[in-house]
Amino acid sequence: MEPKKDNQQKSRRTFVEQGLKYGLLTAASGALLAKVFGKSESLDSEETIEVMSTDGTLMQVPASAVEHAHEKKSDYNPREGFPNRKFVMVVDLAKCRNAKKCQSSCNKNHYITGENAWIKIYKMQDSEKSAPYWQPTLCQHCDEPACVKVCPVDATFKRRDGIVLIDNNRCIGCRFCMAACPYSVRVFNWSDPWQGDTVEQAEYTPDYAGIPSQKGTVDKCDFCPHMIDKGELPHCVSACPNDVFSFGDLYEDTVTNGSGQSFKLSKLLKDRAGYRLMESLGTEPSVYYLPPSDRIVDFEEGLENYTEFQSVDKPQVP
Amino acid sequence: MNTAYEKVINDLAPRKFSWRGNVWVALLVLVILIGIYSYVQQLKHGLVITGMRDYALWGIYISNFVFFVAVSLVGSLITAILRLSDAHWSTPLTRIAEIIAVAAIIMAGIAIIIDMGRPDRVLNLFIHGRLQSPIIWDVIVISTYLVLSILFLYFPLLPDFTILSKYSDTNSKLTKWYRALSLNWSGSEKQTKIYSRSIKVISVLIIPVAFAIHTVTAWLFETTYRPGWDSTNFGPYFVAGAFVAGSGAVVMVMYVLRKAYRLEDYITDSHFDKMGKILVMLCMVYLYFNINEYLMPIYKSTEEEEVHLRSLFTGEYAWLFWTAILGGLVAPVGVLLFPKGRKPLPLFLVSLAVVMGAWWKRYLIVIPTLSHPFLPIEGVPEAWRHYSPTWMEWAITAATLATALLIITLLVRFLPIVPIYETAEERGLLENHSVNESL
Ligand code: SF4
Ligand code: SF4
Repeated sequence: MEPKKDNQQKSRRTFVEQGLKYGLLTAASGALLAKVFGKSESLDSEETIEVMSTDGTLMQVPASAVEHAHEKKSDYNPREGFPNRKFVMVVDLAKCRNAKKCQSSCNKNHYITGENAWIKIYKMQDSEKSAPYWQPTLCQHCDEPACVKVCPVDATFKRRDGIVLIDNNRCIGCRFCMAACPYSVRVFNWSDPWQGDTVEQAEYTPDYAGIPSQKGTVDKCDFCPHMIDKGELPHCVSACPNDVFSFGDLYEDTVTNGSGQSFKLSKLLKDRAGYRLMESLGTEPSVYYLPPSDRIVDFEEGLENYTEFQSVDKPQVP
Repeated sequence: MNTAYEKVINDLAPRKFSWRGNVWVALLVLVILIGIYSYVQQLKHGLVITGMRDYALWGIYISNFVFFVAVSLVGSLITAILRLSDAHWSTPLTRIAEIIAVAAIIMAGIAIIIDMGRPDRVLNLFIHGRLQSPIIWDVIVISTYLVLSILFLYFPLLPDFTILSKYSDTNSKLTKWYRALSLNWSGSEKQTKIYSRSIKVISVLIIPVAFAIHTVTAWLFETTYRPGWDSTNFGPYFVAGAFVAGSGAVVMVMYVLRKAYRLEDYITDSHFDKMGKILVMLCMVYLYFNINEYLMPIYKSTEEEEVHLRSLFTGEYAWLFWTAILGGLVAPVGVLLFPKGRKPLPLFLVSLAVVMGAWWKRYLIVIPTLSHPFLPIEGVPEAWRHYSPTWMEWAITAATLATALLIITLLVRFLPIVPIYETAEERGLLENHSVNESL
């Protein structure tokens, strides 16, 4: 069974349009500077577009000079992803105080009704004498994904834009991917998800995991292609009150946090000594972590919110 | 007429069950029905009726599957290896071994479908199969092995079917079946030549495939990063364990059939003695792999391995682990080293211990590893940290075991358990006449 995508694609706006919009968003913090130097007036005669080059400088280019690849709506293939993009995330552990807003937002927006959230905030302590910290953990969207390697039916797949997704219409529920994933991020629908009529009748696309979930198949974090598509940040990123997450594009070398601040990815990782989880396994994750050093938050504060045995709030059933 | 020859046919032709046989079948059917009921519940409500959850994501369905694959391997050991090495003593055991192999491999296939969250999509394995996935390798080798095993059971039966179609007159329908299945076997020189050649070819073919089924099954686990599975020892370790489980199963079936059908003339004490010797050797080989599998990681004690191994050696699974190792492996070696221990009854009891140990050993291979992931288990109900199968899960698993036994029982009912033709041939009873003339 192939995902039903036609209707969904009709409502999809052209990719380039969104890409640029998104690019503008990432450039927002720099735009002011550009104004100050008066550069934006220099090409007054023609409509201009502000873009960020790969080394992070902002420039104005005539709109006509921007090559529109003319991606037709129908060209979009959920198995291929957005062309010429490569999504990455940075998680700043120094800022995480276990507010768990990422989790509740994810649970809500993906209509998670099971007992295991797709994003979890682990209480970590690497060794006895080192300090504990909070580690939000979601699918790492590995470039060498262990889950994709073992899937017998190509139900879980890696796209060119770096996102690893699941085709719930194809998954046979063997759970081999769950055994293979070293980050324990995959969640199985052991029973009927009961997500309510609206969700259950929604048109399925792998681009929006959980809409609807299916009994007997696997779910996990989808890096929110449905939000990227709208030029917005993934739910967890925008929900975090502490700007722990930044999301962006490796090719643009830019990531943006929930407050709209953009950073040059390579510089951020260099300055803050970014790392990836279990690098030694060779899974090549797309999620980077910034170590919990020089913390402005108090670890203890997070304990208040800590629920060892729960990650999804259950609606009260009368 | 050769009376000795007739006696062989008389002794070995399939017979109707006694009341004991019927009770046995009824019991199996009952177990299967309970299993079917539970499986219908599983289809309806999903795998939630099992004790499995996101961490313990595989349970006894999978360990039971591994057990079936292990047992099915024995067909190749007893039949192929001994056939190729011209060990004629094993002739009376070949059919038993092949019947077990066929029953076990069929049930291995079914066990894996039972574990699937979406059995309705099983065809996706063929429509969308990805050759890079070890599951597809397993599908390929298991189906190959199934075909080869059936052929390996069937070919040596051809002359027996002819003999039976001539011999049995009481049940005409059955006779017709036997005649059709015999494919006009007449025992002519040409046929005999093709016959022995094909058996030889299958014997050669089936050995690598048998090794493959269990090696690939080991790879299902080995291809992950998880401590306890991430071991280069796994392939041979599984194969060695499979030989142990399968030989134990053969001894048990041998013993029961010899008792039920009074086959003392054909399955002799010396057969038990020899099987006992084989079993003790296999147990020691398996023990050797076990030492490799557990001793080196605990010597190094990397953090992940240590957590895992501690749970086996002294923790939550210690009781099970030591019972399986000591009761299912070490003690059997101790008993079987003595000739008295290889007499039919003690050997039967030892084999029972070995087979049960083998089943639980698979449990210990599959389950504990899953409760020790790399990241902490948090944010899920406390019960998810441990796995304990539900009664429905047990019922379904018991039903698969019962179905395997039922397949064996039915084959035993309609096929000569000890090859008639080959036995007669080896006893020199065929010298003066071909099968065709004999009756
Ligand atoms: S984190 Fe796990 S589920 Fe996500 S891509 Fe990597 S291996 Fe696959
Ligand atoms: S559970 Fe589904 S996604 Fe995972 S490996 Fe099996 S078929 Fe693929």
